[in-house]
Amino acid sequence: MKLFDYVLSGNCYKIRLLLDFLEIAHEKQAVDFFPGLEHKSDAFLQINPLGQIPVLEDDGAYIRDAQAILVYLASRYDSSNTWWPVNDPAELGRVAQWLAFADSITSTASAARLHDVLGYDLDVEQARAGAHRLFRILDDHLANQELQGFDWIAGPNATIADIACFPYTALAGDGGIDLFYYPAIQRWIRRFVNLPHFKLMPGINIFS
Amino acid sequence: MTPDTFTRSQWYAIGRTGDFEGAKAKPVRLLSQDLTVNNTSGVLSVNDAEGHSLQTQVRYGHLWTTLSDNPRPLYDMPEFDEPDRRLVTAGGVGVRCSGLRCVENFLDMAHFPFVHTDILGVEDHSSVENYDVSMDAENDEIWATKCKFFQPLASAAATGGQMTEYKYRVPHPYSTILYKTCPIRQNVWDLVGLFIQPVEEDECIVHSFILVFDDENTDTGLLHFQQNIFLQDRMILENQVPRKLPLDPRWELPTRADASSIAYRRWLKANELQWGIALFDKVA
Repeated sequence: MKLFDYVLSGNCYKIRLLLDFLEIAHEKQAVDFFPGLEHKSDAFLQINPLGQIPVLEDDGAYIRDAQAILVYLASRYDSSNTWWPVNDPAELGRVAQWLAFADSITSTASAARLHDVLGYDLDVEQARAGAHRLFRILDDHLANQELQGFDWIAGPNATIADIACFPYTALAGDGGIDLFYYPAIQRWIRRFVNLPHFKLMPGINIFS
Repeated sequence: MTPDTFTRSQWYAIGRTGDFEGAKAKPVRLLSQDLTVNNTSGVLSVNDAEGHSLQTQVRYGHLWTTLSDNPRPLYDMPEFDEPDRRLVTAGGVGVRCSGLRCVENFLDMAHFPFVHTDILGVEDHSSVENYDVSMDAENDEIWATKCKFFQPLASAAATGGQMTEYKYRVPHPYSTILYKTCPIRQNVWDLVGLFIQPVEEDECIVHSFILVFDDENTDTGLLHFQQNIFLQDRMILENQVPRKLPLDPRWELPTRADASSIAYRRWLKANELQWGIALFDKVA
């Protein structure tokens, strides 16, 4: 199994997290996302015509899209069926719902980070405002979950919905987005970094 | 504040040469000024907002320009001409603090075990042994030598922990170069350096490079190692208060481990550098 990986990518980080959580042996191929824009090269477009990372190669097939790769890995390699809870349709529906939400976090909080860190030319104020709107929703949801005795986004167990939402939320500070006003998100981040086999990525402030 | 004479008289890297491919003019910002980079059939030129042409040079993998008509010469790094060395340029990374703070953080070995845990330091080996700091009067540069630090993974080519020997060089208020023990060759130094583009007094873009002997790693592997380290620094830098560099001794109290930082601050003061400096009475 091979992950086409970029060290500063939150979307690649999602896959690295689940590979570590499930202790799946794999290799990584480093992609020069910045400054080389290798993901837009002809060779890489053969692997993913969308020109995006991550891509996972397993059993000779390529899978693209961070959320899709999470679904694939959890379905195939998590014998406990907790990360992608196929035996509980209601919970599974909630997980899928928050996977889509994670994509919205990418298009806002991640965009602000690309602007501030790597100099991408985009409307950073609009990206930050969009991220704050989403973080308010996530913060309210996590607070409600806590009131019901649940530590995680979809219920009592950490699922790939938590993995999908974690990186660009925890990395929001890189893009000038302060998580100070989201106490339930901060508590959730603290729980997340204490999961077994968790590895930190630069930009995540575990002391805040 | 308009930049002081010392700040204005420097050459500044404003991007890798490869960042300016294509005929479309590219805006850049330097010392609170908007500039434009033009690529005319492969020849790069830089204009200021009034259309005046600025001096340029291509060196060390980057395009350099200056606001001065009579700039201080760009410092020499003869290692760039040595055969077999690998150059990896890591691209510009934006940081919300004075570029002077980035230089100072780069000189500081004490943060290795806590910021670059298990890579450039381990918490069990956190002490900074004494090192020498001297001025090279001829070139007006600062050198910190005989720096030693235990590093579990000193570079992408390292296979285990080693006592790494360092030299630091500050030849420019916004540039600093680290010379470190090469893990795979005797009696040569690997180089890691920062070319900082000061955008505003409290905001900068850090262009970094590594120039190493390494037979094992791909360029992209070296790039990932370098970018991972720098993003660890970036978060620390953005949490420093104030964002400009304080020179007033009432503000921050240095220790013996900060000898290179003390020399750097003295050198900035001696050259009457003011742009990017936090004033004690104004902020406190």
